[in-house]
Amino acid sequence: MIKFLIKGLLRDKSRSRIPVMVVAIGVMLTVFMHAFVTGYMGDTIEMNARFTHGHLKVMTTAYADEMNQMPNDLALLEVDELKSNLKQMFSDVDWSPRIQFGGLVDVPDANGETRSQGPAFGMALDFLSPESKEAERLNIEKTLVRGTLIKEPQQALLSEKFAQNLGVNPGDEFTLIGSTMNGSMAFYTFKVAGTITFGVEQMDRGALLVDINDAQFALDMDNAAGELIGFLPGGFYDNGLAVEKASEFNEAYANVDDPYAPVMKTLGQQGTMGQYVALVDVWTIYISMVFVFAMALVLWNAGLLGALRRYGEFGIRLAMGEEKRHVFNTLIYEAIVIGVLGSLVGTGFGLLFSWLMQTYGIDMSAMLEGATMMMPSEIKARITPATYYIGFIPGLLSTVIGAALAGFGIYKRKTSQLFKELEA
Amino acid sequence: MNERNNNADTKKSPLGDLGVAIIKTNQLIKRFPMGKGEFTALKGIDLEFGTGEFAGLIGPSGSGKTTLLNILGSLDSPSDGEAIVLGQSVSKLSAKGAARLRKESLGFIFQSYNLLQVHTVFENVEFPLLLLNYTAAERKKMVMDALEWVGLTDKVKSKPPKLSGGECQRVAIARAMVKRPSLVLADEPTANLDAANSHNILKTMETLNRELKTTFLFATHDEKVIGYLKRKIFMKDGLVDHEEIVNN
Repeated sequence: MIKFLIKGLLRDKSRSRIPVMVVAIGVMLTVFMHAFVTGYMGDTIEMNARFTHGHLKVMTTAYADEMNQMPNDLALLEVDELKSNLKQMFSDVDWSPRIQFGGLVDVPDANGETRSQGPAFGMALDFLSPESKEAERLNIEKTLVRGTLIKEPQQALLSEKFAQNLGVNPGDEFTLIGSTMNGSMAFYTFKVAGTITFGVEQMDRGALLVDINDAQFALDMDNAAGELIGFLPGGFYDNGLAVEKASEFNEAYANVDDPYAPVMKTLGQQGTMGQYVALVDVWTIYISMVFVFAMALVLWNAGLLGALRRYGEFGIRLAMGEEKRHVFNTLIYEAIVIGVLGSLVGTGFGLLFSWLMQTYGIDMSAMLEGATMMMPSEIKARITPATYYIGFIPGLLSTVIGAALAGFGIYKRKTSQLFKELEA
Repeated sequence: MNERNNNADTKKSPLGDLGVAIIKTNQLIKRFPMGKGEFTALKGIDLEFGTGEFAGLIGPSGSGKTTLLNILGSLDSPSDGEAIVLGQSVSKLSAKGAARLRKESLGFIFQSYNLLQVHTVFENVEFPLLLLNYTAAERKKMVMDALEWVGLTDKVKSKPPKLSGGECQRVAIARAMVKRPSLVLADEPTANLDAANSHNILKTMETLNRELKTTFLFATHDEKVIGYLKRKIFMKDGLVDHEEIVNN
């Protein structure tokens, strides 16, 4: 009997191939849309993480209290030792020291007199350590307009617009006038290695990027850093995992009596990012569920119609003496097989397209030129554990429910009525 | 045709000498809901059929012949009265019991053949035997025998869409006969066939009736079929109008 039913299923493409294709397409769209929405909503979080917040950030307690002012006088000391301890505690997290600072860029003329000046927003990153991923993380190479990346000490990158305003070119020198972490005036000469464009007005107005060792030397911050930024494995923010790690660190290090004791904050615990992370989570769920629901309705109807058009066949089988329950059960088994096959194929293709979108993304930088808020210049999908099973909700459940609803009609109708529908 | 019986109250099969009664109806009534009221399709039928009969319910559309056939085939249930088929009261049968009756003892032949289109001739005829759990070897022999009765052994691997109307109806007859049922119910079996094919089909059924002693009960208004019947029950407005018996 099973062989007989399988033969029927395989030979009748309107019962097998077409429903499997319909389910696969629906599931593929659901999987891809879920990954796309998750990626798109999460990209803003990731961009903030890469530029300023990290997935985790270690600071002194006092620095954390006034984080928005970037108070380098409250910076972490003995950073190398702390970084080494962090690596031991959380070997899967990538840690990098950073210093954010402000200052005045002074460009001299041939006689050493000031030719032009401009306020700069400075960020010191680890450009020169071979194991550092900072340049890659901030996608500096792609944003390079002229010159090269920082390849040796005392080199700096300026935003292209800032460089044009100052009238400097790669190879020119300028002096950074700022203040050390102890409050003294600081003067340090850099050579412009290259110019960059982030595509964001705020950043392009006066960004200055230098190597962390130069900043430590210039600002009198030997073995010190404003922040130690950590990035979780996989490169995506996971609030649960981040909170777990932060709690573990704070249990070991936090000291309420010492304002210079290190404290770890997750991205969600920094400023308004927590609200944004929660908002993104909720909206990702809402948008995904709306799409899953819409697809579920489509596939439910497909299952329903697929079974309704077979009432005649059911009539024949019942007339031959097959029991209604057996007819109903075989209908459900067929729907399960179609649902599972369609969901597997659809999830496979959905994951493939999601992976391509996650790996290569779509470059939107041209459209975001002149934007006054920080937005991701590349739209990327993001595959999460839910991406692997979300397609089965419409793919399997809805197909089976649709078939079951149609199957109930077998019980409601007299066998002779099923025949009338066949003869019609 | 040499005897005419105008007594609509006839209950016993006039061909009772052929065997025991396998169908008996007693004041059989069938009502269907229609709008806010109801329509009475059968208004109290009293009939009896014996083993090996070749009988037909004859009448125009709406006379109640298909409704009666559906009830006798346990595809529908009576609203009132009683229909006893092979010793079992149709109204008292559970869904499972009705399915068992159809599976083991009844064969159906329909106007539009009702073959499973994606299955071969062999598989269509084999289907009732699958429900009866015969072994593969038994099934093969029984299917081939049935196809030999209807002259379709060369079409074993063909599928219904490749067959003519006459061939499709032969497959339907083979499917109805393969399990050697006690009773075959045929609803307008020649309605979609031309004259030559109709006669071939009817001759085949007549032969099977004679050789296997299977009872055939038709619902028809086709003169060609009526010509082959040994017992003709004329129906009108849900009642038996009169009967005719044909003696060879």
